Amino acid sequence: MERSGVEALYRLDDALSAEERAVRDAVARVVDGEVLPVIGRHFREGTFPAQLIPRLGELGVLGANLTGYGCAGVSNVAYGLGLQELERGDSGLRSFASVQGSLVMYPIHAWGSEEQKQRFLPAMAGGTCIGCFGLTEPEAGSDPGSMRTRAVRDGEGWVLDGSKAWITNGTVADVAVVWAKTDDGGPDSVRGFLVEKGMTGFAAREIPGKLSLRASWTAELSFTEVRVPARNVLPGVQGLRGPLSCLNNARAGIAFAVTGAAIACFEAAQAYAAQRRQFDRPIGSFQLTQEKLADMLERIVQAQLLGLRLLRLKDEGKASPVMVSLAKRANVRSALEVARSARTILGANGITDDFPPLRHALNLESVLTYEGTHEVHTLVLGKAITGIDAFG
Amino acid sequence: MKILVTAKRVEDPESKIKVKADGSGIVQEGLKYKINPFDEIAVEEGLRLAAKHGGEVVVVSIGPKEVQEQLRHALAMGATKAVWVNHGGALDPMSAAGLLKAVLEREKPDLAILGKQSIDDDQNQTGQYLAEWLGWSQATFASKVESLESDAEKAKTPAIHIAADGKSAQVVREVDNGLTTLSVKLPAIVTSDLRLNLPRYASLPGIMKAKNKPIEELTPAALGVDASPQIQVVKLSAPPPRKAGVKVGDVQELFTKLKNEAKVI
Repeated sequence: MERSGVEALYRLDDALSAEERAVRDAVARVVDGEVLPVIGRHFREGTFPAQLIPRLGELGVLGANLTGYGCAGVSNVAYGLGLQELERGDSGLRSFASVQGSLVMYPIHAWGSEEQKQRFLPAMAGGTCIGCFGLTEPEAGSDPGSMRTRAVRDGEGWVLDGSKAWITNGTVADVAVVWAKTDDGGPDSVRGFLVEKGMTGFAAREIPGKLSLRASWTAELSFTEVRVPARNVLPGVQGLRGPLSCLNNARAGIAFAVTGAAIACFEAAQAYAAQRRQFDRPIGSFQLTQEKLADMLERIVQAQLLGLRLLRLKDEGKASPVMVSLAKRANVRSALEVARSARTILGANGITDDFPPLRHALNLESVLTYEGTHEVHTLVLGKAITGIDAFG
Repeated sequence: MKILVTAKRVEDPESKIKVKADGSGIVQEGLKYKINPFDEIAVEEGLRLAAKHGGEVVVVSIGPKEVQEQLRHALAMGATKAVWVNHGGALDPMSAAGLLKAVLEREKPDLAILGKQSIDDDQNQTGQYLAEWLGWSQATFASKVESLESDAEKAKTPAIHIAADGKSAQVVREVDNGLTTLSVKLPAIVTSDLRLNLPRYASLPGIMKAKNKPIEELTPAALGVDASPQIQVVKLSAPPPRKAGVKVGDVQELFTKLKNEAKVI
């Protein structure tokens, strides 16, 4: 596919393997053919394009960086490129894939029992089983250690009580990875529970009134004496390390993916600036517009190079949480700035859903504060730089 | 059954093609390449026939090492193995057919499906030469009635129908006034038209599996073929740029312009 030169400028393709390019192009083809024609309507109507889930399954993009159990086993770079293409469609679609792959399949793959892996992973890779991830609570966001959801032993199994908020895919999920405190209630007591649709006492309610990620399911989950059998507890992990590893994994992908939204906005602005005429000349001839476009291109290139380096390090097993924080913080901010700036080039047309910039800008407002707020990532960096923990 | 398909590397049709100032060729810098779309349709048809009748799909490409990308693409779609004829020089339909003939004599497929033409030079000759030189039957422009594939459409009789004894095939082909159905003896050469099928997407697991599938490297010398082209491209020139249109104020003005300026009414 012909791109506006965003990737050609620094010969990004030369830094990718043939498989990585093939993965990107395979996902891009689905996004161009099946996502872009319908996504504006879904955003307007506040619906997730559920008809695309089987396509994502066939394509094999869900949990594609995992190996075995029906997963493709691609590199993290290839996976990031796939997510970038989904994000170029819509952040809601990419969020669906991030949650399914990095937040649900990954912990089952890393810490699940063999039986759990066999039961869930192939179906999740194929898109026939949908997952959600329950960590955030109404009163526990950046400070997950303050969670109130508790699991109490009940013979061999557990009884779960509490609630979770802002849960992507929550209302449709077949399985929820729910993190809850156990026993003494200390942060180290946190364990992961696989709560399945239909378990008595488990309910999900769609959160109304969103102005962002409108083409995405976002729910509040409640657990009232939900009996979870022992075979549905993740055996391999205990403590906040579990959910935080999931998030770190997802964030690395997001850091790369958000550039997809920025590319979509840049291309829309570039095309509009060439075609829209005022004062008898294209608005792309005005220096102010040119400066905006130059800033946008600069941010996209910087984000891509940073994201690529991060995922290469992840493939080598050398990516640290600090690197992930820096890249997520920098790239989401850049993508949001690109989207807002693109919107201004489109003038009034830019506020409609006929064009992608404001839809992406609104989505990116969520991405700015989910998966670690911009501020928390700042403080992670602050601690790494000064050695002083701002959280005390 | 064994089906051989082709995968020529061509300029991405969505790329902006620029002719070099001296007309000696096109500017390669920054161009993207992909599998010839008609060949991709051939690969898809081969895969469907192999799935239905059992057997394997062998994909062939001729060109420098970059054509391995197109071979991997076909392998990612599901082809079993690939043959790469390593050839750096210019290629015309006769030289391509000569090389393919040698490959087919080695591989001995029951059926070979080629794109009816490649979108770079639009010659539409290779399949025909190949059938003639091998003395095989040929059915060009294999096609279907509908351009889009609904489930109902997929359930219809396929364009290429292999007989139960595996000795012949019926091929529906597109002609000016509609469709004709030919019966051909196997082995045969079939060329694919645009409306034969909608090729599947390569899946991510397919792309990873393709990494480990074999690509056999051959050369024109090893095949005993003189691949020097019979046709020399003398000069390329771009079509003249389109002139900007004009907006007319009303129907009357449109008629006046059509009558007096365009002189078409």
